[in-house]
Amino acid sequence: MPALLDVRDLHTEFRTGAGIVRAVDGVSYTVDAGETVAIVGESGSGKSVGAMSILRLIPDPPGRITKGEVLFGGRDLLRLSPQEMRAVRGGEIGMVFQEPMTSLNPVLTIGRQITETLEQHRGADRAAAERRAVELLGLVGISDPERRLKQYPHQLSGGMRQRVMIAVALTCEPRLIIADEPTTALDVTIQAQILELMANLTRRLNVALIIITHNLGVVARYAQRVNVMYAGRLVESGPAAEVYHDPRHPYTMALLRSVPRLDKPRQARLDPVEGQPPDLTRLDGGCAFRPRCRFAVEACAAARPALEAAGAAGHLSACFRRDEIATAAVAA
Amino acid sequence: MIDARPLLEVKGLRMHFPISEGIMLRRQIGEVKAIDGVDFSLKRGETLGLVGESGCGKTTTGRCILQLEKPTAGEILYDGVDINSLSPGDRRALRRRIQVIFQDPYSSLNPRMKVGDIIGEPIHVHGLVPDAAKRVARVRELLSICGLDPGFADRYPHEMSGGQRQRVGIARALALEPEFIVCDEAVSALDVSIQAQVINLLEDLRERFGLTYLFIAHDLSVVRHLCQRVAVMYLGRIVELASCDELFDNPLHPYTRALLAAVPVPDPTIEAGRAFQPVRGEVPSPINPPGGCVFHPRCPVAVDGCRRTRPELRELRPGHWVACSEVS
Repeated sequence: MPALLDVRDLHTEFRTGAGIVRAVDGVSYTVDAGETVAIVGESGSGKSVGAMSILRLIPDPPGRITKGEVLFGGRDLLRLSPQEMRAVRGGEIGMVFQEPMTSLNPVLTIGRQITETLEQHRGADRAAAERRAVELLGLVGISDPERRLKQYPHQLSGGMRQRVMIAVALTCEPRLIIADEPTTALDVTIQAQILELMANLTRRLNVALIIITHNLGVVARYAQRVNVMYAGRLVESGPAAEVYHDPRHPYTMALLRSVPRLDKPRQARLDPVEGQPPDLTRLDGGCAFRPRCRFAVEACAAARPALEAAGAAGHLSACFRRDEIATAAVAA
Repeated sequence: MIDARPLLEVKGLRMHFPISEGIMLRRQIGEVKAIDGVDFSLKRGETLGLVGESGCGKTTTGRCILQLEKPTAGEILYDGVDINSLSPGDRRALRRRIQVIFQDPYSSLNPRMKVGDIIGEPIHVHGLVPDAAKRVARVRELLSICGLDPGFADRYPHEMSGGQRQRVGIARALALEPEFIVCDEAVSALDVSIQAQVINLLEDLRERFGLTYLFIAHDLSVVRHLCQRVAVMYLGRIVELASCDELFDNPLHPYTRALLAAVPVPDPTIEAGRAFQPVRGEVPSPINPPGGCVFHPRCPVAVDGCRRTRPELRELRPGHWVACSEVS
C-alpha cells in the first residue's frame, strides 16, 4: 500500500540579506495512514519550514519551494492550483500550531471558527454546522460546548484554546494532522492533557499525525517513528525505539545524552553538545554537524553524507561512520 | 560550601495586585493573589528550586526578592536585614549583591547597545571600576569567564545565537560580583543542545564564586539536576518543600505527584509501559481561588474537609514539608 504522505527530495530556500538559506535541503520521508511521526530538531533545523512546505504556507518572497514532490493520496501537492490547495488545507490535512492565541481569529467566536470551516469545505448550512461544532467541542473535552461556542478566544485558557484548535483541525475529518510544537506554550499538566487527547483521537479516528517538537520525552511517549533534522536535512530516521536505544547519528546520540533525565540517577555533570548551532548561510560541502562532532574524520569535510540504512529495518542515518559509532557508544 | 546561617529568609510573603474598574472614578473591584503566604529560607551557597506552572507566583516571588515589587505583606530578610526597611542608599548597595538572569535572551538585552556596554554599564553605574580602560579589561574577563570570546564585546546582541546571548546575560549578572542570583527560567528558552552548556556554566560559576541561586523554573528535570532543595508552588502557595532527592524519590503532595507524572521521559520502552492518567482540570484563577485547599478541585485524593480547611505546611519527615491533610 502506498504511504499516505510521501515527501520526496523537498527543497525550500529563503533569500536573506546574508545570502540564500537552504532551510530545507533535500528532505524525503513518508507517513503511513494512522501513523504518528515526530520531527525533532532545534531552532533553525528546518523542521517547521519543512512542514509548512507540505501545506505550501511559505511566504514568497522571501521563501520558495525550489524542488521536490509532496505526494498526498497520490497527488503532488506542489502542483495543485491555489484553489485546490485551499481545499486540502483544513480539509484533508488539518493543522495545529504552537500559539493558539495567534492562530485563532480573535474577533470571531469559537463556534464561528469551526462552522466557517464546515461551510467553506463542506457547503454545510448554518444549523448543521453548529450541531457538528457542538459535537466537535465535546469530542475534544470542552465542557458545556453550547455556551463555549458563543465565546471568543480571549475568554478561554491556553489549554482550552489548544483544544479548540484541535477541534478546528478535526472538523473536516482529515486523514493527516500537522501539529507544530502544539504544547510548547502550555504548562506541564496541560501539555500532558493535550497530548493524551491528540493521541487518543488520532488513534480512534485513524488520523495520521506529524508532530514537530524539540521535546525528546514527548517523542518517546507518542511517536511510532522519528525524523531527526539538523541544518535543513534529515540526519536520522527510524522507529522511535530503534532511534532511542541504538542511535546511529552523532547528533542524535549527543542530543539524547545532553538532557537531564528524571528516570536516571542524578548525574554529576551534564554532557552537552559542544559548539553553536550552524549558520545556514555559511554551510560548506561537508557534513553540517562536523564542527560539533566528536567522531568527525577527514571524509566528513569532503562530502555531505546521504541518508542510508543503519541497524534495524527502516532505520536510516546520514553519517559515514554510522556502523562504527554504534560500537563506540557501547564501549563508552 | 553551605553555611548554616540563612542568607535569605522569606516570611509570610503576600503580593496582592489590585484589579480596578472605571475611567473617571477608578475603584478596586478585586485583587489577584499572586503570592498568598510564602515562607522559605536559603543558606549561603545553596541552590533552591522554585517550580510550578504559570501563575503560581514563582516569578513574582523572585521579583519581590529583587525589589522590583513591593510586597503587600511579609518580610524578606537578606543577611538578617529586612530589605523593605532599608534606606535608599542601603537598598542600592543591596541591589549590587542580588542579581538576576532572565528567561528570554532576546528581550532582556538592549538591541542598540554593544555587548561590552551591556556588561560594562552596571560596573560604571555602581562605580566599581571607575577607570574606563580597566573597565574594558574587566568586561573582556567576564566574557571569557562565561565561555565567550572577549572579542564579542564589540558585537551587538543580534549577531549572536540564543545560547551566546544568554551567556551575555549571565556575564552582566556577574559584573557586580553578586552573592545571590535569581535565575528566572534562565535556560527555558534555549535549544536542548545549548541548555546543557548553560546549566554546566551556572554550576561552574556557583562553585567558583560561591554563589547562591534561587532557580525558578518549570522544567523538573533541570531543577532536579541543579538544585539542593526544591519548593513546589501552586496558586500562590508552597505546597511541598524538601531536599531534591527526597522530593523526586518520594513526592508526597498530590500536585507534585501530578507534575512528575506529566513529564514524559526520553525512552520509548519506559513510556510504552507506563499507565498514565493526566491530572484533570486547569489551574483556577488567582482572583477567586477555591476555598480550603487550593488544589482540591483537581485533586485525586481530596475529601470533604479539603473544601473547607486550608492545609498548612507540616514537616512530615525531617526537612520534608507538605501542605496536604491527606498524606502522612
